[in-house]
Amino acid sequence: MTRQHRRVAGWAAAVLLVGALAFVAAGCGGGGGGGGGGGDTGSQASTAIDGLGTTLDEIKSKAKDEGEVDLVEWPGYADKSWSNQFTKTTGCKVVTKDGGTSDEMIDLISTGQYDGVSASGNASVRLMKRGDVAPVNTDLIPNYADVAPGLKNRDYNSMDGQPYGVPHGRGPNLLMWRSDVVKPAPNSWSAIWSPSSTVKKKISIYDDSIFIADAALYLKATKPDLKIDNPYQLNDEQFTAAVNLLKSLKPNVGEWWADYAKQIQSYANKDVVIGTTWPYQENILKGDKKPVAAVKPKEGTTGWSDTWMIYSKAAHPNCMYLWMNYIISPQANAKVAEWFGEAPSNPKACAYTTDKNFCTAMHANDEAYWKNIYYWTTPTADCGGKGGTCKTQKDWVNAWTEIRG
Amino acid sequence: MVESRLTRVFLRLGAGLTLAFIYLPLVLIALYAFNASVTQSWPIDTYTTKWVTAAYHDDGVRQALWLSVRAALGATFVALVLGTLTSLAVSRFEFFGRDAISLVVILPIALPGIITGLALRTTYTTVGIDFGLLTIIIGHATFCIVVVYNNSLARLRRVAGSLEQASYDLGADAWQTFRFVTFPQMRTALLAGGLLAFALSWDEVVVTIFTAGAQQTLPIWIFANLFRPVEQPVVNVVALFVIVMSLIPVWIAQKVTAERPGAVRGAGTAAEASEDEGPEALAQPQDS
Amino acid sequence: MTSVPYEQPPSREGPGRRLSRFFYRHPRLSLALLLAVPLGWLVVAYLGSLVVLLLASVWNTDPFTSEVVHTYTFDNFRRLFDEPVYRDVAWRTIKMAAFVTVADAILAFPIAYYMARVASPRTRNLLVVAVLMPLWASYLVKAYAWRTILSGAGVLNWALGPLGVSFDGYSTTGLWLVFTYLWLPFMILPVYAGLERIPPSLLEASADLGGKSLRTFFRVTLPLTFPAVVAGSIFTFSLTLGDYIAPKLITSQQFIGTVIYDNHGTNLPVAAAFTLVPIVVMVVYLLVARRLHAFEAL
Repeated sequence: MTRQHRRVAGWAAAVLLVGALAFVAAGCGGGGGGGGGGGDTGSQASTAIDGLGTTLDEIKSKAKDEGEVDLVEWPGYADKSWSNQFTKTTGCKVVTKDGGTSDEMIDLISTGQYDGVSASGNASVRLMKRGDVAPVNTDLIPNYADVAPGLKNRDYNSMDGQPYGVPHGRGPNLLMWRSDVVKPAPNSWSAIWSPSSTVKKKISIYDDSIFIADAALYLKATKPDLKIDNPYQLNDEQFTAAVNLLKSLKPNVGEWWADYAKQIQSYANKDVVIGTTWPYQENILKGDKKPVAAVKPKEGTTGWSDTWMIYSKAAHPNCMYLWMNYIISPQANAKVAEWFGEAPSNPKACAYTTDKNFCTAMHANDEAYWKNIYYWTTPTADCGGKGGTCKTQKDWVNAWTEIRG
Repeated sequence: MVESRLTRVFLRLGAGLTLAFIYLPLVLIALYAFNASVTQSWPIDTYTTKWVTAAYHDDGVRQALWLSVRAALGATFVALVLGTLTSLAVSRFEFFGRDAISLVVILPIALPGIITGLALRTTYTTVGIDFGLLTIIIGHATFCIVVVYNNSLARLRRVAGSLEQASYDLGADAWQTFRFVTFPQMRTALLAGGLLAFALSWDEVVVTIFTAGAQQTLPIWIFANLFRPVEQPVVNVVALFVIVMSLIPVWIAQKVTAERPGAVRGAGTAAEASEDEGPEALAQPQDS
Repeated sequence: MTSVPYEQPPSREGPGRRLSRFFYRHPRLSLALLLAVPLGWLVVAYLGSLVVLLLASVWNTDPFTSEVVHTYTFDNFRRLFDEPVYRDVAWRTIKMAAFVTVADAILAFPIAYYMARVASPRTRNLLVVAVLMPLWASYLVKAYAWRTILSGAGVLNWALGPLGVSFDGYSTTGLWLVFTYLWLPFMILPVYAGLERIPPSLLEASADLGGKSLRTFFRVTLPLTFPAVVAGSIFTFSLTLGDYIAPKLITSQQFIGTVIYDNHGTNLPVAAAFTLVPIVVMVVYLLVARRLHAFEAL
């Protein structure tokens, strides 16, 4: 063989060797997703987790040995203001990882490095089906009894009749604007979808495929012949209409945000003057004396109802159980609800908020308010069991890349 | 000096402007370390030093700093060992695939961090390795090898192999030769490479995000807190602190590898040899 | 001196010496041992990881749970080809990388030349320190500082205000500025080293032959430092090609890095398939760079 031929042959051999090794590794490993117990459906999953104590006292003492709990959270859910207290009483240090979107949170949990997650509806069901989270034994969570009954055993936080976590709180996605730029105060999503020249190119939109539901929600109000009922279950025609609406919005979008600090800075600098947001940003901006205002528009809005769930192979299950119990205790639930700007899941928390009208302002006990708030949900091919064919989560994610351009 | 006076003036101006460009954002970071508002807007209304005390008492920063130091030391050590071994092999031996080694060594740093990070993470979860200091070091060391390799290879090429042969002839064995002949020649190159590897590992964020799990190195801590408005000024304080502290290793590196005026790199006769072969070497393309 | 028959002294060979002689006599074994760990690390651990990732590109995901499913399909690649958005994103990123590289090369030369050929040794040492220090400043903090500079109410517009000009910093141009800034030290260092390597005699000869400063620069200096520029460009190009943090901070446009990042969690096969674009681009770039002798200039 000539030198050249030898080189080529040698390279081919090297590549084949590497490829063979990779196939072996991939075969042995058996999955790119890691974690999880394999998705039990039909049969009841066990609440037992390796290392979890069987009585409250056992949990408390084992937690002291664990010394740490690693949480995937929405920003601000485990702030030092109340997590320090938790560490003091239980000995569990709170280590947090912020997620910007539900997809991010699912991805983080799948690495197997965290003990729990504050999952919204569009993450919780997927996590349950994947087997990444375990049902909870509510006997070991004393404060669970006080949680508002309307939030227990819903389809987004229970499966096969078992609760899969503790409800944390719920809230709406708001329309927020700079009151010194946008006048008069808007009351409708049309301020975004049909923007005036003051706000063109200065709109701030949530950067996740779930926002397609917001477009669908607007179409539900403005194009009734599309017959959109549930903004998360869309057939071909409805989905295409929503996607096209978003594509027409795109040139006017000043920023797509998935990290809330970026949005806060943009509002503070007037780089954006209107957009969708969480109450958290509104709180921080108002606290920094910036002139902003927010509202739930008349068409209704999307929102979220969050549940703390425990990873099925959590390394610190005892600390996690103590955390779940702590965060729904009246004092802590009040603190986090006020900090973030959501309705607490424990009605007893209303007595502990610094603003005595907080619960009323958040409509914590006003069910009518929540009627036109559509909690984040994962789209399913069977339209949520209602018949027909709907676009799947995968379709939504793929469409989002196209929309963003 | 070959350059005309005018050219030198322009060069001085250009250098000054570039330096200003480089340092303007750093000055801004320093200013925002003392900004009273939690939203980073311009101009700054009031200044305060409260963030400095907050940073000092922040437990998370201390742990992140410590983890970063350990990770960088580990990665540098691995990179030094592997880089030296590889450069010794490439400079002293002829073998099939030698040209390709430089390609494989540079690949980890030439491919975008997100690809390296994602690939490593997928492998870790497939094989079942727990994320932690070890996985961080593996990630960092992989792209740090090349800086050590390049520096030490360049030096080994300039140092004639005949010196080692002479050492053998005089009765030394391989380890003695390495210790007394090869290593002293390579020392400063290894130091330069090691310091650069440390710096790369110290500030690395993308690969670390994918391979650190719940652990926080300093860049991860910064990433986590930069996006928390109430912690943002503390991050600026920490960044300022790191910039100022970095004067130490950078200065040491300079002192050790600095050249006296007129001197050419290398030691003793090797320097003379490379001085002679300079122009010819430049005229002919070298084999890699 | 009387000649005394030379007697072989008793062998004082320890095991170390014996081992050393063994390896000297078996160069291939020595080579294998030298290379075993490094190559094992790089080829098996690193290249192997890349292959594992690329394997994911022919798998599928469950349409609901987003879990990776081990059924083979070329749908992901078909998607990349059919949907124009991926082509647009790839082209946009490559263009940006090219513009950043050119800008950095132009910016690096004055200061590198000054450091290499004009400055006194003391100034040179100071300048090297000055150029290296920003490498230790956190990339994230620098990018965020640029957000403040580029904002509509930020430093840049505040400075341009009196001139009546306003600049939309949160744009591709703004991102180009940020990238140019972030990767500049990676270009300055190799160019400086390359300039330093030029023997002064060459430049003097060019001057003697009648070449003025600019002529010497374009005819002698530039060709000689070209490998160093290519070496620096490896970093500026690849760092821009895959970055996702700066684009997400500064613009609302998608780049290769942002698309991979957005899809890596719940759409891994598409993300993995898309990684082939920067991989192929960089491998080709490296092969060309090697041919241009950039590897010696790193």
